Amino acid sequence: MTIAPEEQQTQVPEGHVKLTIDGQEVIAPEGELVIRTAERIGTVIPRFCDHPLLDPAGACRQCLVEVEVNGRAMPKPQASCTIAVADGMVVQTQKSSEVANKAQEGVMELLLINHPLDCPICDKGGECPLQNQAMAHGRATSRFVDTKRTFPKPLSISSQVLLDRERCVQCQRCTRFSEQIAGDPFIEMLERGPSQQVGTAETSDIVDSASHTSAGEPFQSYFSGNTIQICPVGALTSAEYRFRSRPFDLVSAPSVCEHCAAGCAQRTDFRRGKVMRRLAGEDPEVNEEWDCDKGRFAFRYAAARDRIRKPLVRDSGDGVLREASWTEALRVTSEALLGARAGAGVGVLSGGRLTVEDAYAYAKFARVALGTNDIDFRARAHSDEELEFLTGRVLGTSPGSAVSYADIEKAPAVLCVAFEPEEESPIVFLRLRKSARDRGTRVFHIGQWATPAVRKTFGELLTCAPGAEAAVLDGIAEHASDLDEALRTDGALVLVGERAAEVPGLFAAVDSLVRRTGARAAWVPRRAGERGSLDAGAAPTLLPGGIRYDDERARNELESLWGLEGGALPARRGRDTAGMLAAAARGELDALVVGGVDPDDLPDPEGALRALRAAGFVLSIEMRPSPVTELADVVLPIAPADEKSGSYLNWEGRSRGFEVTLAGTGALPDCRLLDTLAVEMDVDLFTQTPAAAAADLAKVCELRGSTATGQPVEAGSSARRELGTGQVWLATWRELIDNASLQVDEPYLAGTARRAVLRLSPATAQRFGIERGKPASVHTELGTLTLPAELTDMPDDVVWVPARSPVSVRSALGAGHGAAVGLAAASTEGDRG
Amino acid sequence: MSDPITPVLTKRWLSPNSWRLSTYEQLEGYTAVRKALRGTPEQLVSLIKEAGLRGRGGAGFPAGVKWGFMPKDEEKPHYLVINADEGEPGTCKDIPLMMADPHSLIEGCIISAYAMRAHRCFIYVRGEVLHCMRRLSAAVSEAYEAGYLGSDILGSGFDLDITVHAGAGAYICGEETALLDSLEGRRGEPRLKPPFPAASGLYAQPTTVNNVETIATVPFIVNGGVDWFRAMGTEKSPGPKIYSISGHVEHPGQYEAPLGTTLRELLDLAGGMKDGIPLKFWTPGGSSTPLFTAEHLDVPLDFEGAAEAGSMLGTTALMIFNETVSVPWAVMKWTQFYRHESCGKCTPCREGTYWLAQILERMVDGRGTEEDIETLLDVCDNVLGRSFCALGDGAVSPITSGIQYFRSEFLELCRQNATSSAASSGGDAQSALVGAQS
Ligand SMILES: Cc1cc2nc3c(=O)[nH]c(=O)nc-3n(C[C@H](O)[C@H](O)[C@H](O)COP(=O)(O)O)c2cc1C
Ligand code: SF4
Ligand code: SF4
Ligand code: FES
Repeated sequence: MTIAPEEQQTQVPEGHVKLTIDGQEVIAPEGELVIRTAERIGTVIPRFCDHPLLDPAGACRQCLVEVEVNGRAMPKPQASCTIAVADGMVVQTQKSSEVANKAQEGVMELLLINHPLDCPICDKGGECPLQNQAMAHGRATSRFVDTKRTFPKPLSISSQVLLDRERCVQCQRCTRFSEQIAGDPFIEMLERGPSQQVGTAETSDIVDSASHTSAGEPFQSYFSGNTIQICPVGALTSAEYRFRSRPFDLVSAPSVCEHCAAGCAQRTDFRRGKVMRRLAGEDPEVNEEWDCDKGRFAFRYAAARDRIRKPLVRDSGDGVLREASWTEALRVTSEALLGARAGAGVGVLSGGRLTVEDAYAYAKFARVALGTNDIDFRARAHSDEELEFLTGRVLGTSPGSAVSYADIEKAPAVLCVAFEPEEESPIVFLRLRKSARDRGTRVFHIGQWATPAVRKTFGELLTCAPGAEAAVLDGIAEHASDLDEALRTDGALVLVGERAAEVPGLFAAVDSLVRRTGARAAWVPRRAGERGSLDAGAAPTLLPGGIRYDDERARNELESLWGLEGGALPARRGRDTAGMLAAAARGELDALVVGGVDPDDLPDPEGALRALRAAGFVLSIEMRPSPVTELADVVLPIAPADEKSGSYLNWEGRSRGFEVTLAGTGALPDCRLLDTLAVEMDVDLFTQTPAAAAADLAKVCELRGSTATGQPVEAGSSARRELGTGQVWLATWRELIDNASLQVDEPYLAGTARRAVLRLSPATAQRFGIERGKPASVHTELGTLTLPAELTDMPDDVVWVPARSPVSVRSALGAGHGAAVGLAAASTEGDRG
Repeated sequence: MSDPITPVLTKRWLSPNSWRLSTYEQLEGYTAVRKALRGTPEQLVSLIKEAGLRGRGGAGFPAGVKWGFMPKDEEKPHYLVINADEGEPGTCKDIPLMMADPHSLIEGCIISAYAMRAHRCFIYVRGEVLHCMRRLSAAVSEAYEAGYLGSDILGSGFDLDITVHAGAGAYICGEETALLDSLEGRRGEPRLKPPFPAASGLYAQPTTVNNVETIATVPFIVNGGVDWFRAMGTEKSPGPKIYSISGHVEHPGQYEAPLGTTLRELLDLAGGMKDGIPLKFWTPGGSSTPLFTAEHLDVPLDFEGAAEAGSMLGTTALMIFNETVSVPWAVMKWTQFYRHESCGKCTPCREGTYWLAQILERMVDGRGTEEDIETLLDVCDNVLGRSFCALGDGAVSPITSGIQYFRSEFLELCRQNATSSAASSGGDAQSALVGAQS
């Protein structure tokens, strides 16, 4: 860039300063660090410890430059990653200053004296900032002829993360990330001088003698994978990826995480048709540069040995599923569905993991090919009240019109209701922590005990018995004036999680709370596909584009858009997941079409299996064998996220589009499969490809401009709640890392899960004769669940267990959050139901 | 220049039971604090500014100016932290002072805390000197009992609590921000500045860190006044100073003299060179200050004089070495110290000291080469002014100054090596192997 004379006259905008870098004038916002300003004009100053999202450290000294302020040269070269721009500052980087250049070369040489010659066997080789910068700013040969520092290596600091202390350049990125961003300071710098090293409470003893070990805490964090990614050398590696490939053999594709509704941008690296690893992608609006370990490490389900790759049809002879041609499978299915349609009807359980395009295909398939509104994406506890809330407050919203990550960052106060941010939406959690840490946002949680997330968001906890959350919300004005006031401040937010559907009256209470206080509410579902399914019409009361089933005019418009006869669309309200299953069990539905649904997640797993057995015909659309495929008459295989394109709507309602990563595997996206099946049934869906489905849906959305209705939510009816003798209230929710189906074949990831315990208050424990660490069990007439007891500060007469670690609470007990369950000390280990 | 033997700080040291409150009170003790508490904090800050008292911890920063950085309001708690870590090799003045006259430090703390509106003072004492901790703690208890500490001190309405804290056994914890980390219970590592301690120090509150000797000087200034104080020392470095003299002298010890006194004068006080063996080299202010030689006997030992002659006044720790001592050996020992004490935070100091120590060890072992000398100097150049804190700068001082004045000794070691390895036929192969291993 040349500096034209008129440019020199340019006004420095308010809040900005003018400085010179290598002779070039540049305007920078006040407070910007020199290293970043230089980068904006194309000068990359080498660095190791610097990371734009971490507090500056100035530790590695690689980024030294010469600086002059107020006409006076500073006596020593300055770390450009710690010094902020100032008006009239003159900066000389390695490009124009011999001193800066020599300083950088000097630091590089020093970093290399103790660096092992591991490059040929190091995971980082080929994408290593040390390697790259040594090539660019280092000396060709080393003058170091003495003895290098050595360490035993590698050390496992968690089941997933391995530490090689010889390779470490001690930039403290990993420790600062863990402390500042994740709030999990389980790794720290230990020892001093040349003996300084990264370690955990466990490794610190290994320093003295390898035989001496202690029971310290391992590096326990849901975000540990990020430290591997930001480590500028190969000192931190993952057990999953270690020695699997070289970066230069990999093809990288931008991708979007399919695991939760946070909507993380990711990068998927693959080689010869196989995904080798996933990394966090960069999206400042969404996940910044982070992701969680589940999103990063859980991808091998798609390559599982038992993946279903061919259609399966149950043999009429021996009743066993056998591989069949697509032609046969589609013919059998189409005949069965047409028959059922003519009979008692077909219900569709589409599951919470669909892309928008696939969900739309399901929604259209149900209405057009099956002639029913019996479709529901909610493969978990759900309620009419929830659907009303979603229709009234969530449908059609987007970051522009409703709550976004940026709003969390700006909020003066956030109330989390029936929502465990760290377990259910880790990136929302990181944002809450960031806003609390950096801006003092007050984070309130309504729950049963102070989860790690409460502490890490510097949060305030309002405890209550499970099921009493609605009453707490209703009582805020009276009993928590502080919180009430906080919610009345401009920008305050209420985040509601999926568990709210298990508490009658809670959505209504949220609705009236935000009406009263002016705070804004957002729904943060767990699964990646739920929000998109809502907008795409995979719900019993909502057609695509937010059209209500009973809005006749809108229905007519949709009929003409879809090229149907007037009145072709079903007018009857659809049944929800529980309704369909109950109907099928009673013989009131002849067939079920089931997407990725795990019965163990449903409110009544036993009942669901009964329904599947009772239904005349079950079509399972699946990737891997499951309890549903076991009972299905036909199983049609579909593509995992890596093998298709599409988009998710994240919890903000932000579209997260992605392209095919692994092309040519032959696996079909759901929309294509349903389109083909519909053709077999003599119906056209126009969803042959995700792009076609998206275009078709866009047209539907134009009809009405799908929007939330803003209608008040009515509290669902709740039975009178009372505890029987020997009973307590059950609190339960999902943890991030558990036995979910998308986490199969990931032993290293599984090793980082939280230890499964049963939590109860000391008083309750005493009352039931339960001892800390000893097994205790909860039971219903259906079964028993036994876990080691942990005494926790929480309300009495309440017990908490993780929802799916190690087994599904729903399937073990047939009960969920807010239920009354029996509690007892367990004498033996093996009586788990 | 005034008489080198006017004792000020050390004047009570030889009194029987000098550390007792009763002795202290008999010898003018706790008179300054009464005077000070009658004035305003602002008056005290300007008194210290006018007196020109400079920090005795090494850097010589004007104490009054530093105090002036503390906020004028009391919105947040203010802290006064006394740096009694005394880790600089050769330095031995703060511990003797606290052993012999702990109440002078305590009185200084009260006055200084009052001037900075601090109600809590921590004395961070080097952890290894348990006897000193005991003595200081006993003196603090005495002071509490006598009403010099606690609430409403001497009826002035001013409250102050003093906590004596045992240091964590690391040289770096003497660096003021690492000290604050250590005091907070963490691993001592220097902090990024800004924010400076006056804005965000201990527990992120306004804090001033001063050396023991700096603070112990304050009561004398309050009693004696600016003119009296400025009558000692030089224009820019006024006042008395405790010089700690160690090594090859007849009577090592603490010698108080006005700033600007020369080594020649101090040697006289210390009874001259031991056994008359001539002086070879010395440090003016601890091992972190570049070496001086016999040529520098008449350098005025104040902040300016030492700097003009190419070194620093540091902590006025004069380590005296006679002709029997090998410079490369002494430099190696110091470098080993810095390698051991580097905190590890920044690359130049952590890796530089590791490398420099190995080269020097090799040289002293007779396995050095002439290139090693150039490598030493160049590595020093890559450490000096490149590290995060001043420890790295100090670490290379002995090496660069040692080579500057005694290059021939280093060369001699390398030549011996060259001859001996040429003599033994396997020598070349040997060194090639060493190179290949790295
Ligand atoms: C590595 C290092 C060690 C230090 N050790 C001490 C020490 O032991 N005692 C001390 O008073 N100052 C020490 N200092 C200086 C302090 O950082 C600080 O400048 C001093 O305590 C300020 O007090 P003053 O202004 O009264 O001199 C050290 C500095 C460095 C860089
Ligand atoms: S392990 Fe990596 S990220 Fe952590 S300090 Fe070492 S080099 Fe930096
Ligand atoms: S110079 Fe660097 S490594 Fe050395 S003590 Fe200071 S911060 Fe630590
Ligand atoms: S990048 Fe600036 S000191 Fe490390």
